[in-house]
Amino acid sequence: MSYIAIVITFVFINNFILTQFLGLCPFIGVSKNTESAIGMGFAVTFVMAIASVVTWLVYYYVLIPLGLTYLQTITFILVIASLVQLVEMIVQKISPPLYKALGIFLPLITTNCAVLGIALINVTNSYGLLESFVAGISAGLGFLLAIVLMANIRERLDLEDVPKPLQGVPVAFISGGLMALAFMAFDKALLTNLLG
Amino acid sequence: MLKEFTKGIFKENPIFVILLGLCPTLGVSTMVINALGMGAGVIFVLTFSNIFVALLKDFIPTKVRIPSYIVIIASFVTIVEMVMHAYMPSLFASLGVFVPLIVVNCIILGRAEGFANQNGVLVSILDALGMGIGFTLSLLLISLIREVLGSGTITLFAMGSFDGVIEIPLLFNAPMRIISLSAGALLVMGYLKAFFNWYSSRARG
Repeated sequence: MSYIAIVITFVFINNFILTQFLGLCPFIGVSKNTESAIGMGFAVTFVMAIASVVTWLVYYYVLIPLGLTYLQTITFILVIASLVQLVEMIVQKISPPLYKALGIFLPLITTNCAVLGIALINVTNSYGLLESFVAGISAGLGFLLAIVLMANIRERLDLEDVPKPLQGVPVAFISGGLMALAFMAFDKALLTNLLG
Repeated sequence: MLKEFTKGIFKENPIFVILLGLCPTLGVSTMVINALGMGAGVIFVLTFSNIFVALLKDFIPTKVRIPSYIVIIASFVTIVEMVMHAYMPSLFASLGVFVPLIVVNCIILGRAEGFANQNGVLVSILDALGMGIGFTLSLLLISLIREVLGSGTITLFAMGSFDGVIEIPLLFNAPMRIISLSAGALLVMGYLKAFFNWYSSRARG
């Protein structure tokens, strides 16, 4: 698959939140205001891009030569957990402003299924190293797009007169559903029309 | 003692009340059989991780407790993965990436951190069973609604001459496809949560 096709697939067609349901907890939990949604989105994109590369290297240079592929779930989650910790420490050291913006979101990312999800999907699709990296960034950008749109919708919803039982989470889910409906316009046919 | 068991089913229902473990809930709820398989997997992992966390809580240093819990959970998830792959390959295929993703299901880490590391083994087992059953029942409810309305069928295990699929007369020929698509999952979840909000506010008076 060409790189453009991977980008379009992971940002729009197989958007992690709206069609794959990976990373829903932060999507509902951190989408109350746009600023923190943007922070979370970028933090996830960052970690997903690095995690895709690192898990790829671990899978093809450690697990396969040793014949330990059945341990991939344990290995990946440990790699991701230590990676998140490492990224947190490095960012704190190198760029305090970036740490201030992303810092509080980083620990939450370990248990974000989107990160483990992309690592497993890269292996299932047997992507190469660069393809995995592109898939990781694109899936992260798709997450960013969905969570920022959602935060904007929810900020407006706060000003509306929502019926009491629907306030908060239920109306967020329903808006998410309507967004997913709109994203159904992006499908495989679009990809063939665009790239021939 | 019994309260630890029933709280997970109603009062602290993981999906509808504390909103944990949403990704697999929406991702696999297209067929009833998926919900049963996922529920069984989660009950198994949750029970055993709670047992081991409760047993090891005095030996694990506080600083590295989260990574230790993750290793315990991931080991049991790997067992589930291998057993499901060997004995139920079609179920394994339709659950797909969500089987290994049980590791990051927040319910399990949440119970290890929030309950099992302060309580005894027996109570932790009851807590895990209650939470697991609460999760499974909620998942069953969502997938029943989605499969009946979205495809007009109820898919269960195939046994003997019964192929495992029950067809609902009118809906089978004219199902509401949208409910079984991803948008439908979010809509059904939203309306169910609203219904439970309305119901509990009414019950409180």
